[in-house]
Amino acid sequence: MTNTNHSWTALGDPTRRTIFELLAEHPRSVTDVARVLPVTRSAVSQHLKVLKKAKLVADTPAGKQRIYHVEREGLAALRNELDRFWMKTLAAYKQAVEQPPKE
Amino acid sequence: MNMHAPETVVRHSIVVDAPIERAFKVFTEDFGKFKPKEHNLLPAPISETVFEPRVGGHIVDRGADGSECRWARVLAYEPPNRVLLTWDISPQWRLETDPNNASEWEVRFTAETGNRTRLDLEHRKLERHGGGWESVRDGVAADGGWPLYLQRYAELFGPRA
Repeated sequence: MTNTNHSWTALGDPTRRTIFELLAEHPRSVTDVARVLPVTRSAVSQHLKVLKKAKLVADTPAGKQRIYHVEREGLAALRNELDRFWMKTLAAYKQAVEQPPKE
Repeated sequence: MNMHAPETVVRHSIVVDAPIERAFKVFTEDFGKFKPKEHNLLPAPISETVFEPRVGGHIVDRGADGSECRWARVLAYEPPNRVLLTWDISPQWRLETDPNNASEWEVRFTAETGNRTRLDLEHRKLERHGGGWESVRDGVAADGGWPLYLQRYAELFGPRA
């Protein structure tokens, strides 16, 4: 199957979603994640494996461990659209608010 | 470039020449006047957009055919300083009915002088829309849907600076 389904399923699991949200805050190692969740390191590793396969997270080596971070591409499209939406909306807002009040 | 900005947040700021009370009032009462007209989920043209000024209220788009779309929930309403709302629109540009999949946006108003106000907008928790990212990419690749929508949307305002 394609990555579409991987991605969908990957975030369908509440624990994986929590892990993903933790990584969205800032990059962490398996140990870092396991410390704040009621799951074992090995379970965290398994979840990260799924997220990685879905290309939602990526990892980089740091000494003896690996640091996981959110893969940028996944969020980029949505983020760009919202970015544009607010840019246009606020520009139009500025025009509206600086018009002299009608009265 | 802020290298530490999380990818799940969109931030914008703007300074307007108006007292803070007016800046807040226009943002809330007149939201429908400056919100891009193209931005709506209704099949019919929008007759009005209402920002209900209370916690528990909504932003409601009303169509000319009587249809309604409540696409944002008001979580905080603190004139003239702050509002906090949800973004109940999925990446597929449909109404998101699961609150767990909704992101949120906060607008803060700060008086710089008696006649100048700074607005800081933060749209965050974008990861909550997670389930649909791949669909966003699919949509971008298609001929209709998002690209068309956004192109028409962008044309309304001219080229980006």
